[in-house]
Amino acid sequence: MLELINLSAQLGRRRVLQDVSLTVRPGELLAICGANGAGKSTLLKAILGELPASGVARLNGIAVAEARPATLARMRAVLPQESEVAFGFTLGEVVAMGREAGDFAAWPEVDGLALCAVGLQGREADDIRSLSGGERQRGHLARALAQVWEPVSPQRPRWLMLDEPVASLDLGHQLQVMRLARSYADAGGGVVAIMHDLNLSAMFADRMAFLVAGRLAAIGTPVEVMQQDLLEAAYGCQITLNRAPVSGPWLLPQSCR
Amino acid sequence: MTLALAGLLLAASILSLTSGAAGLGAGDLFVALWGEGLSPRDQVVLFDIRLPRLALGMAVGASLAVSGVLLQGLFRNPLADPGIVGVSAGAGLGAVLAIVLGGLLPAAVVATVGQSLVPLAAGLGGWMATLILYRIATSGQRTDVALMLLAGIALAALAGAATGVLTYLADDRQLRDLTFWGMGSLAGATWGKLAAALPLMAAALLVAPRLARGLNSLALGEAQAAHMGTDVQVLKRLAIFSAAAATGAAVAVAGGIGFVGLVVPHLLRQAQGADHRPLIPQAALLGAVLLVLADLISRSIVAPAELPIGILTALVGAPVFLWMLLQRGARGR
Repeated sequence: MLELINLSAQLGRRRVLQDVSLTVRPGELLAICGANGAGKSTLLKAILGELPASGVARLNGIAVAEARPATLARMRAVLPQESEVAFGFTLGEVVAMGREAGDFAAWPEVDGLALCAVGLQGREADDIRSLSGGERQRGHLARALAQVWEPVSPQRPRWLMLDEPVASLDLGHQLQVMRLARSYADAGGGVVAIMHDLNLSAMFADRMAFLVAGRLAAIGTPVEVMQQDLLEAAYGCQITLNRAPVSGPWLLPQSCR
Repeated sequence: MTLALAGLLLAASILSLTSGAAGLGAGDLFVALWGEGLSPRDQVVLFDIRLPRLALGMAVGASLAVSGVLLQGLFRNPLADPGIVGVSAGAGLGAVLAIVLGGLLPAAVVATVGQSLVPLAAGLGGWMATLILYRIATSGQRTDVALMLLAGIALAALAGAATGVLTYLADDRQLRDLTFWGMGSLAGATWGKLAAALPLMAAALLVAPRLARGLNSLALGEAQAAHMGTDVQVLKRLAIFSAAAATGAAVAVAGGIGFVGLVVPHLLRQAQGADHRPLIPQAALLGAVLLVLADLISRSIVAPAELPIGILTALVGAPVFLWMLLQRGARGR
């Protein structure tokens, strides 16, 4: 269980996060959405204990601000928005770094499985700097997956924290990555993902949390959160909201005419 | 690879022990080890001149190379070298301070640290230089290479100027000490010198391999390293401490020997990759080999005189550094 109670944070004088409280249960995929500067990344940083924040963030009952890095590393893996790797580490070495940080240090075969899951099988020996932007993003996802390979350990669920996991991916790979996140949650793990794409979020997430100016403006199922007035106010543009029979609500931004 | 390097070190050592003006050859070495012993003169040449010089060369080479790996890992950049980024200069200032002003310390302090005073002061100087450098060049997620190199230049200039001032304050005996030290060579190697510097070097060389996994994760940035379970603050403190201790001790006993910390890790990364776990012990071995060979060349190329070893390492290392800069330019950053 991930519990946030009255999380607030400041960057300089500016309040970037204000009294955010929410709970995510294992088995759930929560998408955190909002306009640029709404506080999505700040919220994730607070969840990860990277940011001095007031309030409480607890993961599996442990306060993240006080937990040892090694303890947290066995419970959750983090996919950053972008990461630059120094020196000539290979893709295989980077994935192994993730695996060795978690509970799977003794299972080298996890590396190959994780790479296979993101469609990069057989690329272990490539210098990670030589990959394309999308490949690198998936490579780092494989590293995060290898760190928390099994969604549930005997004692507790594991978690994936994804910061814009599909930002630099093409349509097909967006779906591939979202399906991975979905199946991780379906298998009993917890997933928290910062998402820009509302349609993808509505398609895959159990619940969406919508931030406006550092506050939690709405949280609930995609149908509950995808409200015309809320979204139009947040993004400052007109929106046509539709409902697909299978995948729930979807929207189209309208052109200026 | 590690075995090959160990073999190389053995070969270099034998070569080093058996060359020199005294005409002590490989056969004599065998006699010394397994035979009935050498003449008193050869005994002195082997055990009081060549052997301490060899041991000091190995220790200095290993220290400088490992210090290079640690600084590079810390700054996430292969261009960091104790000489280039000013850590050696800081250590040098510490050493000069100890030589010139050491007499002002309370007698009790001098008596406790004894010959280790200069290495300790050099370590302290290197530590402060590294701290300043890290503060300037690194902001959380990334290291600014230009800032790192510029800060290194400024630190070296500052330490050089302060060293110059201290030279004026020095009396004749201290001036002689300074001159010998500044020449940067293994010439004055004695067992006493080695014993004075060894504790710091050994501490650094023992700590360094334990930092390997953390340094690997740090290659992905501080935040990611923390997410992968690395206690980044502890890692940084230990890496800075070890790099400074190793550089300080090396500078204190051998003066400024540059580029070993740059060239050795670079060669090893080219040969077999970036993983710090094999890299650190192998850098120690290759650094030792390189310095023993450089010392051998420096004392035989213009025999009976000696070329300062720092000139030799710069002759090889500076072009490698320029080449690395060129490569970066070609990659577009």
